[in-house]
Amino acid sequence: MGTVDMATPETILSVKDLRVRFRTLDGAVEAVKGINIHVNAGETVAVVGESGSGKSQTMMAAMSLLASNGEATGHVDYRGRNLLTMSKADLNKVRGAKISMIFQEPMTSLDPLYSIGNQLMEPIRKHRGLNAAAAREEALKLLRLVHIPDPERRMKSYPHEMSGGQRQRVMIAMALANDPDILIADEPTTALDVTIQAQILVLLAELQRKLGMAIVFITHDLGIVRRFADRVYVMRYGEVVEEGEAEALFANPQHAYTKMLLAAEPTGTKAPPSANAPVLLEGRNVEVTFKIGGGFLASEPLLLRAVDHISIRLKRNQTIGIVGESGSGKSTLGRALLRLLPSDGVIRFGDRDISTADRQAMRPLRRELQLVFQDPFGSLSPRMTVGQVITEGLLVHEPSLSGKQRDQRAVEALLEVGLDPNARNRYPHEFSGGQRQRIAIARAMILKPKVVVLDEPTSALDRSVQKQIVELLRKLQADHELSYLFISHDLAVVRAMADYIIVMKQGKIVEEGPTEEIFSNPQAAYTQTLMNAAIDVTRFRLSA
Amino acid sequence: MLRYIFRRLLTAIPTLFVIVTMAFFLIRVAPGGPFNQERGLSPEIRANLEAQFGLNDPLWLQYAHYLGNLLRGNFGPSYNLPDFTVTELFAKGLPISVQLGTSALILALLLGSVLGTIAALNQNKLGDYTVIALATAGSTIPTFVIAPVIQLLFGLTWKLLPIGGWGDGALINKIGPVLTLALPQIAIVARLMRGSMIESLRSHHIRTARALGLSDWSVVVKHALRGAILPIVSFTGPAAAALLTGSVIVETIFSIPGVGRYFVDAALNRDYTLVMGTVVVIALFTIVFNLIVDVMYAVVDPRVRYD
Repeated sequence: MGTVDMATPETILSVKDLRVRFRTLDGAVEAVKGINIHVNAGETVAVVGESGSGKSQTMMAAMSLLASNGEATGHVDYRGRNLLTMSKADLNKVRGAKISMIFQEPMTSLDPLYSIGNQLMEPIRKHRGLNAAAAREEALKLLRLVHIPDPERRMKSYPHEMSGGQRQRVMIAMALANDPDILIADEPTTALDVTIQAQILVLLAELQRKLGMAIVFITHDLGIVRRFADRVYVMRYGEVVEEGEAEALFANPQHAYTKMLLAAEPTGTKAPPSANAPVLLEGRNVEVTFKIGGGFLASEPLLLRAVDHISIRLKRNQTIGIVGESGSGKSTLGRALLRLLPSDGVIRFGDRDISTADRQAMRPLRRELQLVFQDPFGSLSPRMTVGQVITEGLLVHEPSLSGKQRDQRAVEALLEVGLDPNARNRYPHEFSGGQRQRIAIARAMILKPKVVVLDEPTSALDRSVQKQIVELLRKLQADHELSYLFISHDLAVVRAMADYIIVMKQGKIVEEGPTEEIFSNPQAAYTQTLMNAAIDVTRFRLSA
Repeated sequence: MLRYIFRRLLTAIPTLFVIVTMAFFLIRVAPGGPFNQERGLSPEIRANLEAQFGLNDPLWLQYAHYLGNLLRGNFGPSYNLPDFTVTELFAKGLPISVQLGTSALILALLLGSVLGTIAALNQNKLGDYTVIALATAGSTIPTFVIAPVIQLLFGLTWKLLPIGGWGDGALINKIGPVLTLALPQIAIVARLMRGSMIESLRSHHIRTARALGLSDWSVVVKHALRGAILPIVSFTGPAAAALLTGSVIVETIFSIPGVGRYFVDAALNRDYTLVMGTVVVIALFTIVFNLIVDVMYAVVDPRVRYD
């Protein structure tokens, strides 16, 4: 993206010796430890790091958006004035006008109670003092600028009536409303589907060409950095460990951490199971229909077919990757196959037909059919110790075990997933995202299952942690001849995990086949779009 | 939306029917009858009275009669206040209770919201602690303590307010009872508001509003407050139903001729028709206010749509 053709680029933002501290119950925590960063007019700077590196807090501090227990010291000079010591009134003339920001959470970053038009016009009126009619014209112009179709109608829409990608476009429009010098983009595409990610990045590049603002990308995604950034800062534990021109830094990383980040892409492939491996879990013409609305005197319910005539055969020791964007029905399919959702069609587990099995009939089978969720934070009860969390299933499925035997099994399960057995006496909140996902895996593994449905198990994790979880899952599969249904939108991870891939869109299979065939020669147009979008974003990483 | 309201009102009919039926039979299960405790009532007179009110008929017949009368809007005569019908009693007392309850509710919503917002904006600072302390006091000190204290201080010591009585609805007579009714509600609203406001201030769209350089007023009042108000709206439904149908304690202590006393008096005296009337009125208020709350929800939050 646009390098500036000035001989000596003007530095418009300079962060000097910035420290951010949070007061917590355990005492002060220093999230940012005296860093120096600068941004020149019109350039694109990336601040890269994994979660907890302080990359977001640096920019939050610069914008005075820290949580109420946070405090920043040092200098954040915008054109010579320190934002940290400015009066609030002065600061509010800079924020949203000269420096603006977009966030990671497009779904929740807009106010759900006001229309898009209302929210767009507010900063325009505030900073430029326009009347309502003029602000409305400006807002419409902005919506056109970010390519929102039918902008007149969209002005009256509410955020919940728009998709994540559209909401992020609206956020970008709001941020650019007053022609800022700097746009800070905090993980702007992380929460979006891969095809939408590519569109948003292309849009940002286009807007930068048109409007000439500097962009600060805060991201964990090296693909974005490599493709878009002029300069890079790599952060870890609140410090900048390496900085430099993007090309040079990628070609010749100096710091061990940067090298590790560059190598964190999951690699390897999964060999298919032997030809005579028995089919463990089979679905024939599985259909799941959701009814929306309806009821006493209400209008006709809307029927939504989330899974539409899907057949699947999972063999022992096989991993089938189910790929698709949000709303494709991939999670619903996984749940239906485990009989966690009512469905039509035939589902067989081993030699039993479980299509119509009720909860009671399913209960003895549950230990063999396990599920691991995406969210390592929400899926573990915060009020139970790790030991209680992972042995809870044993109480149901092996009630004859004594407390001591259960504890022994917990120790074994924790060792198996690479955690210290002492973890069983601690609570989930004491662990990091990757560790929690290990706990969730231990909870499934302790029951010695045959089939595990993994629903986006790595999506909430940092790349380097993802790689470790992928390796753990592969090891467990090899040790126990497990069969996985691996649900994911992340093609790189699927490629490393699965030997067979099903691509889903709107509840239907658009393409299926052995992993290498799908990757080397995708047939369906949709699969090709998906691959191109992923490669657009990750091209350089794949070759790095 | 109109269709939704219509549908809700229709479903209220079976709800009311179930409530009326259960109340009718439950009160009959209690031992005794309306003319039991009157001393010196000779058996013949009692028999006459009971015959006159149809109390000797089989229970199902009495039930059928009651339902028939109810459908015609006739709540029947009061057994213990023989000069009045139940309808007349409510016509006289209900407006008084509704006036007091409405005033107390509005006061509680306004003052509670403001206090809760102040606490949220000063979380874990002096302003917050002060509001929490007041709220805790307000919800722990019982009404039957607050009311006499108000009478003592404002009525006897400072002679600012009358000690009791309705005074044909003079403003000065309402202050004491309204304050007594409102104080615990103010405490509840303030606590609710503080919690939801703290949550609302932490939400992502508030961060967006700050990042856009909007003024504190806009951030707090336009964006945070509107989202934070939803729990208060839900609270208002049952609170309004309870406040507007009168309070035994407040009406007794301040000698207010409202309807709050009826529920207890009527139940103790086995005044069947008055008990039933009270049940129907409270049920109606509850149903209507919950409907209003659900409609308000859709007004405040565009994500809520009924059809």
